Amino acid sequence: MKRREWIAALGFLSPWLIGFAVFTAWPIVYSAYLSLTDYDVINDATFVGWSNYQELFADPKVSLALANTLFFTVVQVPLYVIVSLALALLLNRAGRASGFFRTVFFLPKMTPPVAVGFLFLLLFNGQNGLINGGLAAVGIDGPSWTTDPAWVKPGLVIMSLWTVGSSVLILLAALRGVPEELYESATLDGAGAWRRFASVTLPMISPAVFFIVVVNTIAGLQTFDEAYTAFFGAGNSTYSNDAALFYVIYLFQQAFEFLHMGYASAMAWVLFIVIMAITAVQMILSKRLVHYEGAAS
Amino acid sequence: MSAVTERLGVAAASDATAARAVAAAPHGPSRRRRSRIAAAISLALLVATGIVFVYPFVWLVSASFKPRGEVFDNRLIPETFTLDNYVAVWQEAPLALWLLNTVIVTVLAATSVTLTSAMVAWGFAHFRFRGRGPLFALVLGSMMLPGAVTMIPTFLIWNALGQVGTLTPMWAHNLFGSAFYIFLMRQFMLSLPRELFDAARVDGAGHWQVFWRIVLPLSRPIIAVTLVFEVQAVWTDLMRGLIYLRDSATFTVPRGLKSLVDAFGFGGEWHWEILVTASVVTTLPMIVLFFVAQRHIIQGVATTGLKG
Repeated sequence: MKRREWIAALGFLSPWLIGFAVFTAWPIVYSAYLSLTDYDVINDATFVGWSNYQELFADPKVSLALANTLFFTVVQVPLYVIVSLALALLLNRAGRASGFFRTVFFLPKMTPPVAVGFLFLLLFNGQNGLINGGLAAVGIDGPSWTTDPAWVKPGLVIMSLWTVGSSVLILLAALRGVPEELYESATLDGAGAWRRFASVTLPMISPAVFFIVVVNTIAGLQTFDEAYTAFFGAGNSTYSNDAALFYVIYLFQQAFEFLHMGYASAMAWVLFIVIMAITAVQMILSKRLVHYEGAAS
Repeated sequence: MSAVTERLGVAAASDATAARAVAAAPHGPSRRRRSRIAAAISLALLVATGIVFVYPFVWLVSASFKPRGEVFDNRLIPETFTLDNYVAVWQEAPLALWLLNTVIVTVLAATSVTLTSAMVAWGFAHFRFRGRGPLFALVLGSMMLPGAVTMIPTFLIWNALGQVGTLTPMWAHNLFGSAFYIFLMRQFMLSLPRELFDAARVDGAGHWQVFWRIVLPLSRPIIAVTLVFEVQAVWTDLMRGLIYLRDSATFTVPRGLKSLVDAFGFGGEWHWEILVTASVVTTLPMIVLFFVAQRHIIQGVATTGLKG
């Protein structure tokens, strides 16, 4: 009986067991091996030891891509959290209107990232884009968002705030989970609105905020679609902009445009280690900053 | 919950009491009046940000009805209204074929990942076997792995199987379940009453029958969430299309739209009206999906807190 249960369980788990072996475990091992080789898909891989990693650390484009990516993530994640929290707070007190505005804020999230990248080019166009049109209306001479290297990344960050929808929903759910009694007793204790927010709301929703920070950091470090659509690819050779060369874009180019599979695999492992390190730091910080119900804070 | 309506509701009645309150406390506005002002301000802010969020859609749709020269004029109502772009876009690009390819890939991907993830989730939720904990931890851990690490070996697998350039690599990995959906569905299935399944077993139903006839029907809410999430993920997936699709005839819509941006955008012929129209056609199915499945999407995102 026990044994038959086990066989039945194995049957149900088999899709994942096979998939994990073929599409996760083997690729991890093989990617580690490839990172120590030169491989162009056509010819056999040749073992080169650590030289891909040495090359990589000396490659100015890798440093540039890494710097671009870190800049984007460091600027984008806090803004993302602030904007989604602000919108969630507004929705939380909007009463019957909240359903409608929830839809409004979420809809951009449904837009394919390719279309978002393309929209970026149009809306942020320096000469006749909508953004600069709006800025001109209030007397500001807007920058060349899509060509000026100093403004490309800030522009992409602003564009990315258009798709905060899912974070808004998560934070709204967290806000609605805060027990009303906590606010009542805080008010009785004479806490003002700001005080209530800082010592009741924020601690209570901190797990959701932390979750959004971690997920968006990981996503930010791998950002690809919008910037690649806008600045790279077949027709854009004259238009590509190194200010938008994010790490995964360069990795993708190395792998699938130049067929440097070994080099790209080494890049992937560096990214993996960077992501692990940053996530680990966030986890450690969270022990001090995130309040979990039932745990000593 | 309904701060505004409550306040609006009491507004009329409170006018009199507010007047009394003001009279009683002449120093500054009353609490109630202040909170009414706060409600009005937050509603105004909502409307303003709402306009900002909707405007790009309106701009895009409006631009798709403008002739080439007026795309950038930023008028809300087109000066010259034309349907030409919606005719031209099908001639300039094999958009119908791209849509068909995407529908095929999306249907295969969403149904296969839903079914197999449900199977695996049930395996973890129902059966008690040695090593279950560590194995499930492995499922969760695999979610943390950046796609970039497995991307190249996965490409080499499909290349060795001669599938690069076909639609197969766009969806076939979904035959093996997906960690995120396994996690989601397991959580749901754990909440189902166990006695039900034990009773069915006593009545002589096999494990597969229990799964197929009882578990799946009961799991409809989470199946809906999974289907909708995956449809959206596949419909908007650019990276796989860039890696695996070579010939325009095999493109999915995101991959096709990217090729149009290359051909007609800054590096190309500057046919913005075609791009704008193709973007509308690409995005519209997702907007429709949202309104059809709004309940599942909002519930799914809010409760699982994922899909970042």
